[in-house]
Amino acid sequence: MKQGFRAAFAIAKKDLRTELRTKESINAAASFAVVILVLFSFAFPLERDEFYAISGGLLWLVYSFAGALIVNRGFARELPNDCLDVLIASPAPGWAIFLGKAVAAFFLLLIVELICLPVFGLFYNIRWTGSFGPLALVIVLATWGITVVGTAFSAVTVNVRVRELMLPVLLYPMIIPLLLGAMGLTTALFSGESSSGDNWDSFRLLIAFDAIYTALALYLIDFVLIV
Amino acid sequence: MREKATWLLALLGALVMIYNLHVIFTGLPDDALQGMIFRIIFIHVPADLVADIFYTVALVTSIMFLAKKNFLYDSITVSCIEVATMLILVNLVTGSVWGRNQWGVWWTWDLRLTTQLMKFVLYLGYLIIRPAISEPTQRATMSSIVAIFAYADVPMVWMAIRLPNVRTNHPSPVLGNGKMAAVYNAPFGMGMLALLLFGTALVLIRLHQETSQREIDSLRRELHAI
Repeated sequence: MKQGFRAAFAIAKKDLRTELRTKESINAAASFAVVILVLFSFAFPLERDEFYAISGGLLWLVYSFAGALIVNRGFARELPNDCLDVLIASPAPGWAIFLGKAVAAFFLLLIVELICLPVFGLFYNIRWTGSFGPLALVIVLATWGITVVGTAFSAVTVNVRVRELMLPVLLYPMIIPLLLGAMGLTTALFSGESSSGDNWDSFRLLIAFDAIYTALALYLIDFVLIV
Repeated sequence: MREKATWLLALLGALVMIYNLHVIFTGLPDDALQGMIFRIIFIHVPADLVADIFYTVALVTSIMFLAKKNFLYDSITVSCIEVATMLILVNLVTGSVWGRNQWGVWWTWDLRLTTQLMKFVLYLGYLIIRPAISEPTQRATMSSIVAIFAYADVPMVWMAIRLPNVRTNHPSPVLGNGKMAAVYNAPFGMGMLALLLFGTALVLIRLHQETSQREIDSLRRELHAI
């Protein structure tokens, strides 16, 4: 167990280091996210007050687009030089490999999100600093949900012919409940109506989603990696 | 023998369906509130229930495949999911027609409808990813895992109209709690039976195709080896 966590930590550290040196997916994801933010301004030419009503939805669309780009690289990064086979053959258990990959993707996506949040606030005149504490909690919970499901499917699709197309097809329907909760909560936080009962339901939804899919992914990943 | 059984099932299903349609259209009184249109319930609800039965079978066979690595389980999974997804489409389309008549809109984003559409899209994902993986063991393993993940939505659809404080257009459950008049029970049960028989026949046909396909593939590999 302890060995596994140490391996997971090493893999996460390795992934983050490679990524922060080359910045290949983080640059792409961040610039893609900003482009989407710009496109939204043409797509939804709304007044500032009206915009608050859809603010959470837009933010999470951007984040989930960026998330798909980042998790796509998770296992694909190991394909050149057959690194994936070596990882699987190493004494690290399957769940540790998965956990390392998921944690690395989580931090990368978090960095992209923290870059986008001020840009979003600036472009659309959304005040987000006032409720940053609860917002950060929502972001952490939902980002973990996206990365854990995304990394699991990135392992499933790593040997598929059209990997970049398959991942979104599987990922987005699966994270609908998560996005539903995160979008509602974020909109409520932006517009300052954050303590109603519905929001607590959404909050519980996020926690339940994370718990269920983390357990499912950790359990099933051995089957994915071994074939 | 197996072929005959399949055709017998299909024929039985068709006969029950025809008889049931006759009963539904000529023998039943109109609903007090909805009038004529309520008759969709005898297709709409059984389609979903039968689909859920097949999805549950697919869940079990997916787990069995991962545990036993027997390709028969994988063939059963894909056959069940294909037929069930078709039934979900039937459910969505009939529901949409019913919604247009009763609510005035073809579609609304309430929890029940959204989760049901999600179920359809998730299993569509399963059917899309399968042909994209060429290596048979890998294909079976990956798609089994997708099938297990996708099943998480099935209880969500079930819960969507049973949660205490959810506002939804879709009516709350009417089965097994006396909210549906007793006279409708028999045609409802027959609707279930008809789709179950017919669906099983379709699953068996697909299963037959899958096993033949696997045989052809292995023969082809053998030929290449020579």
